[in-house]
Amino acid sequence: MYLHKELETLTRAEIEKLQLQRLKTTLGRCMNTPFYRKRFAENNLKVEDIKSLEDLQKIPFTTKQDLRDNYPFGLAAVPMEEVVRLHSSSGTTGTPTVILHTQHDLDEWANAVARCLYMVGLRRGDVFQNSSGYGMFTGGLGFQYGAERLGMLTVPAAAGNTKRQIKFITDFGTTALHAIPSYAGRLHEVMEEMGIDPRRDTKLRTLIIGAEPHSEEQRRRIEEMLGVKAYNSFGMSEMCGPGVAFECTEQNGLHIWEDYYIVEIVDPVTLEPVPEGEVGELVLTTINREAMPLLRYRTRDLTRVLPGDCPCGRHHKRLDRMKGRSDDMMILKGVNIFPIQIETILMQFKELGNEYLITLTNEEANDLMTVEVELKDFCDDYPKLQALTKEITRQLKDEILITPIVRLVPKGTLPQQEGKAVRVKDLRKTLI
Amino acid sequence: MTVHQISIFVENKSGTLLKVLELFKEAKIQLIASTISDTVEYGIYRIICSEPMRAFEVLKAAGISSNISEVFAITLDNQPGRAADAVKNISQAGVAISYLYSFLLGGKGILVFRTDDAERTKAVIAETGMASLDDKALLSLI
Repeated sequence: MYLHKELETLTRAEIEKLQLQRLKTTLGRCMNTPFYRKRFAENNLKVEDIKSLEDLQKIPFTTKQDLRDNYPFGLAAVPMEEVVRLHSSSGTTGTPTVILHTQHDLDEWANAVARCLYMVGLRRGDVFQNSSGYGMFTGGLGFQYGAERLGMLTVPAAAGNTKRQIKFITDFGTTALHAIPSYAGRLHEVMEEMGIDPRRDTKLRTLIIGAEPHSEEQRRRIEEMLGVKAYNSFGMSEMCGPGVAFECTEQNGLHIWEDYYIVEIVDPVTLEPVPEGEVGELVLTTINREAMPLLRYRTRDLTRVLPGDCPCGRHHKRLDRMKGRSDDMMILKGVNIFPIQIETILMQFKELGNEYLITLTNEEANDLMTVEVELKDFCDDYPKLQALTKEITRQLKDEILITPIVRLVPKGTLPQQEGKAVRVKDLRKTLI
Repeated sequence: MTVHQISIFVENKSGTLLKVLELFKEAKIQLIASTISDTVEYGIYRIICSEPMRAFEVLKAAGISSNISEVFAITLDNQPGRAADAVKNISQAGVAISYLYSFLLGGKGILVFRTDDAERTKAVIAETGMASLDDKALLSLI
């Protein structure tokens, strides 16, 4: 049941003791970087001032901008000869960022991913297919090394070419697949076109889904479509990649490995800790990394810590599924709205397909939201379509408090999403 | 008593209408009648054509989501007032017409319509002796 029984079943007190010990080691390493030395000096802070986990709050946050400003090697805490791998973000929204790893870091990353996969029942003898992009994207090599560490036959199928992906699944007897949630729907569609019944013609039983926020309804749909159990995976390149937090077989929250990270949830505006169990921005401190430790890193991901114990016996905190990113938050007429809220409503309608697009526009000082959503099947009946539109609009209004324009569109009209889905287009002009 | 109608979901901006017509042209399928209304949100393009089954396959192959269904088709003598007589028959039976369109073909007026009660409509057509059409009969008028 546990791959690393001792670490996975630590009590809260034991976890915190280990965290403090590892935090102190990490702070020592941080002082090897000009960046953190300067940060500490500017704030009149000494490593010795951090005596407890609570003292962590004295340390300023690290942001993505800090990573950009110190591109490429400014946050290296070890001599560069000890660095054996780097991953870089695409830099589509600015200067790219770089994350460095020593051999220890790579080993521990593979261990974390292996621990996650073991937790959901995957074992030696399973065939694990990874449909992530390889290369700089950490979902590729991250799962590859983790799945191999566990001893599974690991197929680096990589992203795209859906027919080939399906051929691998049937030919190699793939039992577990890692795919982003929007791609799972696409796979099923193409399987249908190819006359393949996933239950009858494949050995696929486990799906690992992550990398983009999705709702519980979407997970159930994926499970139903493909005849699998789907587990939510959470990771980010700044922390290593996949393997940061993962659902256990309870499918109720993602255990975040607290022997690797210290977890905080803060209000994205005030940056103060939120009351326990409330939603805020996830802030992580790495405590098991040599090459590039990060202190109080603002992930921009919104979630909450689920209260209570998990029946699986692990005391590592459980994160609720991601509610989106603090950058994705839309503010319309002063109301904060997250795409996931809209998705959750849409997925409840059996008449609707998986694709949707939210477009924001403004006329004079008035913000407008248009929600386009694909119909699953075509229906030649105006009154029915109108009633459906009206009901979707009503339910969305109940959830987000403003009335969107809902447009039903035929299947295949919205851009097919093979990478991370783009769900929001903000076309609002700045009004001065 | 009924003919096959193809319905297609079209958007104003998307060029679907032109694409459909060009596909029919390429496949040498003849349009007999069609209708589209101007609601804001979505338009349903309804078509009566020479080979509905093949038309449906052509659209499917082109990735256009469409629907094939049966609608009532009756022929009327080419004289004023015949449509009123026909609709009166249906109306008196307590059946509501969901939508209707009409055209002239081979010197005959043709009414195409759907109602909220197909069984009842069939009975009315049979009882009142209205002249109805099926696919084959319609094709013979072209």
